[in-house]
Amino acid sequence: MDFSSAFLLALRALGRNKMRSSLTMLGLIIGVGAVIAVIGIGEGAATKAQEQLAALGSNMLFVGSGSVNRYGLHVGSFQTKTLVLADARAIVRECPSVSAAAPGTGTGQQVVYGNENWATQVTGTEPQYFEVRNWPFASGTSFSGDDVTQASTVAVLGDTVRKYLFGSSNPIGETIRIGTLPFKVVGVLTPKGTSPGSGQDQDDVIIAPLTTVQKKLLGQEWLRWIMVSAVSRQASYVAQQQIESLLRDRHKIRSADPDDFVVRNMADMADAAAEQGTIMTVLLTIVASIALLVGGIGIMNIMLVSVTERTREIGVRMAVGATEEDVRLQFLIEALVLGLIGGTIGIIFGVTSSLAVSQGLGWPIRIPAYAIAVATIFAMAIALFFGFYPARRASQLNPIEALRYE
Amino acid sequence: MTTVNSATTTNTVAAVGSSVPLVEVQDLRKNYQLGETEVHALRGVSVRINPGDFVAIMGASGSGKSTFMNILGCLDKPTSGRYLLEGINVAALTKKELARIRNQKIGFVFQGFNLLGRTTALENTELPMLYCRTTKDNRERRAREALAQVGLGDRADHFPSQLSGGQQQRVAVARALVNQPKMLLADEPTGNLDSRTSVEVMEIFQKLNAEGLTIILVTHEPDIAQFAKREIVFRDGQIKRDDVVEIPHVASEVLKTMPRVED
Repeated sequence: MDFSSAFLLALRALGRNKMRSSLTMLGLIIGVGAVIAVIGIGEGAATKAQEQLAALGSNMLFVGSGSVNRYGLHVGSFQTKTLVLADARAIVRECPSVSAAAPGTGTGQQVVYGNENWATQVTGTEPQYFEVRNWPFASGTSFSGDDVTQASTVAVLGDTVRKYLFGSSNPIGETIRIGTLPFKVVGVLTPKGTSPGSGQDQDDVIIAPLTTVQKKLLGQEWLRWIMVSAVSRQASYVAQQQIESLLRDRHKIRSADPDDFVVRNMADMADAAAEQGTIMTVLLTIVASIALLVGGIGIMNIMLVSVTERTREIGVRMAVGATEEDVRLQFLIEALVLGLIGGTIGIIFGVTSSLAVSQGLGWPIRIPAYAIAVATIFAMAIALFFGFYPARRASQLNPIEALRYE
Repeated sequence: MTTVNSATTTNTVAAVGSSVPLVEVQDLRKNYQLGETEVHALRGVSVRINPGDFVAIMGASGSGKSTFMNILGCLDKPTSGRYLLEGINVAALTKKELARIRNQKIGFVFQGFNLLGRTTALENTELPMLYCRTTKDNRERRAREALAQVGLGDRADHFPSQLSGGQQQRVAVARALVNQPKMLLADEPTGNLDSRTSVEVMEIFQKLNAEGLTIILVTHEPDIAQFAKREIVFRDGQIKRDDVVEIPHVASEVLKTMPRVED
């Protein structure tokens, strides 16, 4: 029997029992759909995480004032007073793998403009901060180095703050009140979205000169953090070691004592995020594979029932000249057609459900061509694998007994 | 023994008049292992059947007639002995070659019709041609011809469930004829039919035989055996009797004497 008539025969045989055929395919549909959705969502999430980390700057390091053990009492992070401006200058001067460093501090403040008010974080830093964080301006400019020296009351707004205080009107040149002090708005930043680590809104911020925040808002001389950018991503690990030994030296920490600061490496965070994504994808793929496997067993089950039910038909076919190969081919193709149709519906189902997830939850979706190829090949392979035993059983029937079967 | 060759025949038998018998069986034996005991289904059967013959095989159940038919039909192999079909030793063939012989040289008709359900008469008739090289058009043309031969040309698109028992058996005969076989093996073809329909099937058999087709028919009804030209009786795995039917009944004549029943 040639392949095309065998294919038609299989379609007709399956068509005779539509309900059963579609239930059989359901397992594969769910399995294939799950594989597609998992890969689509996983790839999309990984892509987004990569983009977010790239926006953060993968060659960036974060130096924070740490916790310290005083008389047996652990004081929480950002509490030590040992991180100072001179440390930031020393890092740029003495660590060869560092290209720039922006010292900073921050305080939560109520801000007011006209009738609008908003509680937000006020960051005090120096103009290089915008370069280190790779954060472009939507309008206006940064404050200048002179503003830092003179502790001017000028401010740069994050996009969220701009939205709440100004709505659609132009904030540049306007005066807002932070706490009790009036500040002139000189610039607005482009939106950066949520932070991949903490999920915080990075645009809910006002940035002002370091000295202004230190002296006029906080009344503190020390720093909470220093943002450091390494010369390259590869150099960030070396930069981390250089900073750690430099700061231990400057803070005169004895070799047995712990650091009074923390250094975080964005490259580490990127790797951690990627690893998390991989673990998630592997787990979901296992679940999806089990669904496919169950689908395959469903095919085998129904094919075995079908072979038993059609014993006489097999006997008749053998009597009129079907060889063992003809019978085996017939049932294998039936399994294959189940796999093919189930796989195709599964792909449609997977793509649709991925799109629904992306619409509903706002997750990015990326379904690579390989996912569809893998799912199709997998569905066919499962169908062939689980169809082989029933097909073989059909072909091994004794025609005399098959013809007499009731 | 006479063979009629009509001008319109579709089953011209090349071997007619030649010395090679269609079937030659010598000392055929078949043993089964049934649990502990060995069953001797055939205990040395020898017979020759010439082209154009119409043989009725009779015998009680367990007499070995079904085993003999299965071997003749290449569905089973003998334990020992020779079976020559058109001079070819069938015992030496592989399963695949046997399937080919069943496809090309033998047509089967069964007691239970064995048509595929939810499949039209035409497609049922096409079935043997699925297993040999034929084009779709050729397949349909030949299936329609075969259906016309058994008087069902107008029922090609009917499903078995829409046909009477006699009509179903005629579809089965059409299926057996479609590859123009050398012989027709019918295993109790009238077993499930009423008497008038049985005679109608025998009428078709006699017509086909008159056109040159060799027919071997298993039956346990003596009346049906009377339509054949030769009667072989099996008993305990051996041939007990092998007689020429002196004056075979003519089915078309018998039908005239029978009351007409509406299908």
